[in-house]
Amino acid sequence: MSSVRPISEDDLHAYIDGALDGARRAEVEAYLAENPEVAKRVQGLAEQRTMLKRAFDPIAQEPVPPELSISRMIEARRRPASFSSWRSMAAAAALLAVGAGGGWYGRAAVDGAPVGIAALAQEASDSFATFASDRGRPVEIKAEDSASLIRWVSNRLKRPVLAPDLASSGYRFMGGRVVPTPHGPAGMFMYDDDRGSRIVMLTRPMAAEKDRPVARQPGGDIARFAWAEGGMGYSLVGDVAPDVLSPLAQQISKQINET
Amino acid sequence: MIQQRPEGEGADAMQDMIVLVEPLIPALRRYARSLLREPAAADDLVQDCLERAITRWGQRRSDCDVRSWLFAILHNLAINQMRQAARRGVHVAIEDSDETAFSRAPTQEDGIRHRDIHDALEALPEEQRSVILLVSVEGLSYADTAKVLGVPIGTVMSRLSRGRERLQRSLDTGVVVKTPNLRRVK
Repeated sequence: MSSVRPISEDDLHAYIDGALDGARRAEVEAYLAENPEVAKRVQGLAEQRTMLKRAFDPIAQEPVPPELSISRMIEARRRPASFSSWRSMAAAAALLAVGAGGGWYGRAAVDGAPVGIAALAQEASDSFATFASDRGRPVEIKAEDSASLIRWVSNRLKRPVLAPDLASSGYRFMGGRVVPTPHGPAGMFMYDDDRGSRIVMLTRPMAAEKDRPVARQPGGDIARFAWAEGGMGYSLVGDVAPDVLSPLAQQISKQINET
Repeated sequence: MIQQRPEGEGADAMQDMIVLVEPLIPALRRYARSLLREPAAADDLVQDCLERAITRWGQRRSDCDVRSWLFAILHNLAINQMRQAARRGVHVAIEDSDETAFSRAPTQEDGIRHRDIHDALEALPEEQRSVILLVSVEGLSYADTAKVLGVPIGTVMSRLSRGRERLQRSLDTGVVVKTPNLRRVK
């Protein structure tokens, strides 16, 4: 026994953690058999280890939420324009707008809140932020029941409203709802592509800026386009690259003119 | 195996990454939540960790162990976040935190036990808590724990020993000895 290296505190923890080789483990066991006080303490620490494992292990048994799907995250990065790169483009565009004389901001600055088209784009972004991220119920009335959705929106906006069809561009109509804005009720329509990325179109009557061409709107975290025709305003927003959104906005504008 | 690739964006490099990283995600969630308690904040942290891992996959040393590498990224993110929260004073005092933040609805009797151990853990200095969780819950070797924390093994052993003894005293007596470290009571 005299040849045995003295048992250290580290040995006791390694014993608890199962990190000792067979020979040393036998030596620690022999030591513990002769030292009941230490054995009692070690047993307590071993129980503590078990208790900790039992307290936290259920977390690792939970199903992994979709945001943590690594393949989805890699897929998202493969898209031609990554979110971060076009977000900095948006920031640059916003700076340009300021540098160009603050046209947008000049108008918006009067009472601090945007008006006209800029307000509409903001309202569309707000709707996007609230509803597009909703996993359970992004839309109140689904596309299958689009007749009653159109009836509802048209009644609340007191004019005929149609939901644009973007299927030819790979965006499926999901449905929509009436949403409140500081300028009265608006119709919100939502679409998604086969990767599940969503875009939102918001439409409402315009008190100011009743006719404006389709244009990219500065500011915001997401790409936004807005325009007005015949007193109705339209804004298309989404967490996608602006060059994806721009042709969609043109397509919607064309459909509105054709009806 | 994978050679260094710029940004790790090669398709087969990414396929390898999925195979190696995906099985570790449940453990990363568990470690994040054992440090942060709040499930949504913990998952955000894991997401952040995975994003960084994807970007840095190509720069990873080919001999490095994926598990320690990921835990190191996650640990650093968690520590930064806890320190920032402590500076801003937004960290919710344990007394105010919602019990539903825990992993499951505990049954009557073990609920009390779990609450005890969570509180007792929370009261430890952060360095001791991390070591205890990595060794006891995550089952990392002492060498891997040292790599995750970027400290020598000797430091791991002394933190483990002191942390376990202190935790044991809290559990035995039911008196949680608080460390103001990283926490600010409202």
